Amino acid sequence: MTAVTAPPAAPTTAARPPEARRRSPLAWAREHLLLAVTVLIFVFMLLPNVIIFWMSFNQPQGKFDYVWHRFSLAAWQNPCANGEMCHSIGLSLRIGVVATIVATVLGTMIAFAMVRYRFKARSGINALLFLPMAAPEVVMGATLAALFFNTIGPGGLGFWTITIAHVMFCVSYVVVTVKSRLAGMDPTLERAAQDLYATPTQTFRYVTLPLVAPGIAAAALLAFALSIDDYIVTVFTAGNLETFPMYIWGSVQRAYPAQIDVIGSLMLIVTMAIIALSQVLGRARSARR
Amino acid sequence: MTAVVPSPELTEPVEPPPSARKPKRNWTPWVLLAPGLLWLVVFFLVPIFTSVSASVQTGDYDDGFKLTWHWANYSQALTDYGVQYLHSGIYSVLCTVFCLALGYPVAYFIAFKGGKYKSLLMALVIVPSFTSFLIRTIAWKTILADNGPVVQFLNDAHVLKLTSALGWTVGNHVLASPAAVVCGMVYNFLPFTILPLYTSLEKIDPRLHEAGHDLYCSPFTTWRRVTLPLSMPGVIGGTLLTFIPAIGDYINAQLLGNPNTGVVGQKIEDLFLRNTQGYPVGSAISVVMMVGTLVLVMSYIRKAGTEDLI
Repeated sequence: MTAVTAPPAAPTTAARPPEARRRSPLAWAREHLLLAVTVLIFVFMLLPNVIIFWMSFNQPQGKFDYVWHRFSLAAWQNPCANGEMCHSIGLSLRIGVVATIVATVLGTMIAFAMVRYRFKARSGINALLFLPMAAPEVVMGATLAALFFNTIGPGGLGFWTITIAHVMFCVSYVVVTVKSRLAGMDPTLERAAQDLYATPTQTFRYVTLPLVAPGIAAAALLAFALSIDDYIVTVFTAGNLETFPMYIWGSVQRAYPAQIDVIGSLMLIVTMAIIALSQVLGRARSARR
Repeated sequence: MTAVVPSPELTEPVEPPPSARKPKRNWTPWVLLAPGLLWLVVFFLVPIFTSVSASVQTGDYDDGFKLTWHWANYSQALTDYGVQYLHSGIYSVLCTVFCLALGYPVAYFIAFKGGKYKSLLMALVIVPSFTSFLIRTIAWKTILADNGPVVQFLNDAHVLKLTSALGWTVGNHVLASPAAVVCGMVYNFLPFTILPLYTSLEKIDPRLHEAGHDLYCSPFTTWRRVTLPLSMPGVIGGTLLTFIPAIGDYINAQLLGNPNTGVVGQKIEDLFLRNTQGYPVGSAISVVMMVGTLVLVMSYIRKAGTEDLI
C-alpha cells in the first residue's frame, strides 16, 4: 500500500490555488477567531432556552424552580396544576387574537395608502408611525394610564384597555412589515391584469392580495408575538386582570413552579413546528407548480 | 418578539407607481389611513398631552385629581430620583456598547461567512424570542446561581473579588448586582442590534473586500476604511433600537438586580400602581424621561447624520 501513496508535498503545494498560498497563518487565526467569537455569542443567546427546557424536568426543592434538584415529569404531565396560570394564558391568548386582528387590518390599510397613493402630510404621518416604535414602553404605558385614569377612571381598566394599548403599539410594526412587501412587489403584474380586462376588484382579489398575503401573515405573527409577550404597557392598563407575563412577574415574588418552564419550552416548540410546517407546505406548493 | 425590526430604508416614503399619480383629488388614501391614524392619535398622542396635564395635578385616588398647576411635581421628579436616572442612563449606555461589541462580529460573520447557512443563522438569532422574554430573563437566575458553574469559575479565578471591589458585583455573587442587570439587558436587546447590522452588512459587495486586499490594505484597514463606513446605517439603527428600549427597561433591574440598582421605570410603576397620590409625580417623571430620550436620540441622529431615518 505504501508504495502507491502520493509523492511528497511539493506537487500538492504547487497545485494549490495562488489565493490559498498568499494566506498568512495570522489570517487563518483571525478567521477562526471570528468563528470562535460568533459561536460563543450564539451560546450566550441560546443558553437560556436550553436552561428553560432543562429546568422544566426539575422537581424544585422549594417553591422556586431556579436550582436543579431531581428529574421529574410532573410538570409536563400536569402543566395546569396551577389554575391561575392557565387562566392568565387564556386571557393573554384572547387579547393577542383580538389585538392582532385589529392591528393587522388597520396597519395593512395604512401600508396600502402609503405605498399606492400620493398625498400631503406624508412625512408627518411617517413620524406618527415611527414614534410609537421609538418611545420607551414605560412612557407609553404611563401616558396611556394617565389617559384612562382621567377619562374612565382606574376602575374601568380591563380587557379592552389592554387590547386598545396592544393595538396601539402593534400598528406601526404591521405597517412597516406590509409596506416592505408591497414596495418590493412588481407593479407591472397589476397592470398586466388590467390589460387583460380585470376589474380593479378582480385585480386586487386575484393578483395583489395573493402577492401581499405573506407580508400580511408575517405582520400578523409579529403583532401576535408582541402582544402576547408584553409586560410593561400591559401592567399599566390591566387594572385587576392578570395576563401571562404579569403572572410570571408575580411568580418571582410568590413561587416559581416548573410549569412556567414547561410553557416556555412549549412556546418555542410550537412556534418552530408552525414555521417548519409552513416551510414544508410552501415547498410542496412550489413543487406542484 | 424581534422578528422584523424596522430598518431605516423601510420607513422611507416609497415612490408610488406611475399609475397612481393622478392629478385629481382622491379621497381613497384618507379613507384607508383614517382609522389607524385616529387610533394612534387618540391612544398615543393624546395620552402624551394628558400626562403633561396630569403632571401638574394634585390629589389622590379617593378624592380624584385636580389641575392645580403644581409645578413642584417636577422639582420632586427631578431631585428625588437622581440615582434612578443615573442608573437608567449608565445601564442603557453600557448595554448599547456591549450589544454593539457583541453584535457586530455576529452580524459580520453571518453576512460574509454564513454562506448557505445565512438564513438558518439569522433564524437562530430570532428563535429564542419565541419564548416569553420574562421566562428567558429568569433563566439567568439559574445560570448565574451561586453554586452554578459560571459563578464557581469566576470565584476560582478571583474575578469576582475584582468586580466586587469595583462595585459591579456584590460579594461572591453575580446575581442581584449591577453586572447581572447589564448582562440581562445585553442578552435581551442583542437581537435588536444584530438585525439592522446584518441588513446593512449583507448589502455590502464582498468584492469590495477583495479590492481592498488587492490595494494592499490589511484586513483590519479594509474593515475600518471600507466595511465600517458602509455599515454605519446598521450601526446607527442598531444602537437606537437597543438604546431606546434599554433606557425604559426595568424588567432586568427588577429581576436580576437588588434594591440598589433601581431604575426610572420601576419608580414610574411604583408611583402609578402602588401609591395612591403618586400618579402626578409619576407622570412628571415619564414626561421628563420622554423629553430626555427624544433629545438624546435626536442629537445622536443629527450627529450621526442620518436624518432621513425618521
